[in-house]
Amino acid sequence: MSLLLRGPRVAPGRSRRWWLGFGLAMVLLLVVAPVALSAFRLGLLSKYLCFAIVALGIDVAWGYGGMLTLGQGVFFGIGGYAMAMYMKLHQAGAGHLPDFMTWSGVSKLPLIWKPFRYAWVALPAAVLVPVALAVGLGYLIFRQRVRGAYFAILTQALAAAFAIWLVGEQGLTGGTNGLTNFHELLGFNLSDPANQRSLYFVVAGTLLGLFLLARALIQSRYGRLLVAVRDGEDRVRFLGYNPLVVKTLAFAFSAALAGLAGALFVPVVGIISPTLVDVVPSLELLIGVAVGGRGTLYGAIIGAVAVNWAKTGLSEHFASGWLYFQGALFVLVIVYAPGGMVGLWRKGRDAVVGRRTTRPTRTTRTERPEPVSARTVELTSAP
Amino acid sequence: MAISEVTVKNAELLAIDQINAAGGVLGKQIVPVVEDGQSDWPTFAEKSQKLISVDKVAVVFGGWTSASRKAMLPVYESNKALLFYPVQYEGLEASPYIYYMGATTNQQIVPALDYLKAQGKTKLFLVGSDYVFPKTANKEIKAYAKANGIDIVGEEYTPLGATEYGTIINKITAAKPTAVFNTLNGDSNVAFFKQMRSAGVTPQQLPVLSVSVAEQEVQGIGADVVAGDLVSWNYYQTTNTPESVAFVKAYQAKYGADKVVDDPMEAAFTGVHLWALAVAKAGTTAVEAVKAAMAGLTYQAPEGLVTVDGENHHITKTARIGLISPSGQINEVANSGGPIKPDPFLKTYPWAVGLS
Repeated sequence: MSLLLRGPRVAPGRSRRWWLGFGLAMVLLLVVAPVALSAFRLGLLSKYLCFAIVALGIDVAWGYGGMLTLGQGVFFGIGGYAMAMYMKLHQAGAGHLPDFMTWSGVSKLPLIWKPFRYAWVALPAAVLVPVALAVGLGYLIFRQRVRGAYFAILTQALAAAFAIWLVGEQGLTGGTNGLTNFHELLGFNLSDPANQRSLYFVVAGTLLGLFLLARALIQSRYGRLLVAVRDGEDRVRFLGYNPLVVKTLAFAFSAALAGLAGALFVPVVGIISPTLVDVVPSLELLIGVAVGGRGTLYGAIIGAVAVNWAKTGLSEHFASGWLYFQGALFVLVIVYAPGGMVGLWRKGRDAVVGRRTTRPTRTTRTERPEPVSARTVELTSAP
Repeated sequence: MAISEVTVKNAELLAIDQINAAGGVLGKQIVPVVEDGQSDWPTFAEKSQKLISVDKVAVVFGGWTSASRKAMLPVYESNKALLFYPVQYEGLEASPYIYYMGATTNQQIVPALDYLKAQGKTKLFLVGSDYVFPKTANKEIKAYAKANGIDIVGEEYTPLGATEYGTIINKITAAKPTAVFNTLNGDSNVAFFKQMRSAGVTPQQLPVLSVSVAEQEVQGIGADVVAGDLVSWNYYQTTNTPESVAFVKAYQAKYGADKVVDDPMEAAFTGVHLWALAVAKAGTTAVEAVKAAMAGLTYQAPEGLVTVDGENHHITKTARIGLISPSGQINEVANSGGPIKPDPFLKTYPWAVGLS
């Protein structure tokens, strides 16, 4: 595997331009946004950036790995609940139950809650539990060579089941209410605007760091292999690689990002509830990636932020029109701009500069709406 | 916004119109800013924060489910801003920044149980949606039942929005209760009552007492389906006070003669008027001054005289048991004889020890 991680060299000119863009994004996120935005809008941006972290993971799994995962809400939820359980217990104090347990008729702290009293258990668990789940699930699913639409349906069902379970176990999970009413995290008062601001920097810094990590992963030989598996899994298998490992790794990476985002989301927004882990928010995240441009990491981030920004903005102006708009947006993107915003921008740029294609691999990828699933479904149906 | 929430918003806008027409508060007109929580709890919290920090509103009226209130509570507490919540709920809460205009348990559920007991209904079956209000309410009902010689012969929950009640109705008929206590939420009531009737269960054989079915919901279920069943609230459109008659008249003049009003709308309407009175009394909209003015404030509401409890921020309310008539209106069959003091933590009830 160590050999696999060494990536191909990138042309120096392209690389310089890339770092310029990255530097610009850094300035925008870490300097301009905190100065230009009010505390309230900055708080919202923190939330969008949490979703962008999930989108980044989805893009690795879906955009590069061809795994249409409709259940990222599950990993996001596990991360969020792990963090929320720690905060709730810390707030209740030793020997006391979290408030919702009292009114749900629970008299003894459930066993599963006990380890979450400690930050050193809860924080790693927010990432490691989603990873373990993704590895276990991925191993089972991919070993059976479940692909395409079947994989998508499976993950979606998982999200629905998880949400129903959370609602049903009110004494354990807070039910529909979810977990809310947090005052502090690791000694920092969460209602203090200065701390909310610091939290923003933590989220933005995490996103930028993860972006670099995801980029390194994609540019490594492993990344090449992942794309190869997406475009022709059986061919990769005949070449002697094991797609099971390749796919499971990408799926686990996306789960880790979702879990981490969930853990950051809770102190930022102040609530985690079953509605955040259900099918609809999982789909919304996916729409963000599609709108931004899947198969380009920055496209996923831009898409997630743009879609959530539009959601807030539109819902403030036309209270109930957002859902229709979102549906229409998704349809338009799939039909007319399968490459998303990034794809449109590239097309526009190419038209102006007069180049037909900049990089053949990328353009062919963006022009194909669903490169893998359609073909793999055919393959799997003929054993 | 769900249908029931839109009517609550309309009732609040009516109260604002009335106050503005009478010269506003402190010589100023009230300007409403409307936001939609989209039935999503985190959105309720986000929109609350927006109203407080972007629109800089003096007060917020809103919330529907208990979950929406629980999500908003930390926002109001950390911003030290005011929220008026218009719906009956499960009690066990008293935030210093929330005013509870709806009934708490001892103003709705306990009187309903007293009524059932007086009618000799000593075998109850509990049906509810799977969320905090029914679960907490049923916990309180079971404690009451234990102390009052009532048998709970069954307790069933369905997910919010569930529409399949065949199994539960079979369980109900098998358990042979003398009444059903229903805490189902929203649209599930439509399916539940229709399937009860298709299963041949009539209100005469087995009355259902509901605490989340008001005039608005009766329209949705169909008055013919649910006529003869019982409900427990603090106000009905038929409540015969001069203020109620004026409220119904004003509402129908603004929104249409065929519109009905119900308990949460009346509570929301009362909340806006109480806030305006408190602001006038305090001479400012500053939160702490308004809170001081709210304590002990009285208002002749459509439901009768209400008094704000300065300690727990609830209001005194008269409990009324109603019988649904085939016209869709609800007729009062019993009442508490006067306003009941709010006791959200049920501290004055010996059977409720250990609940909160």
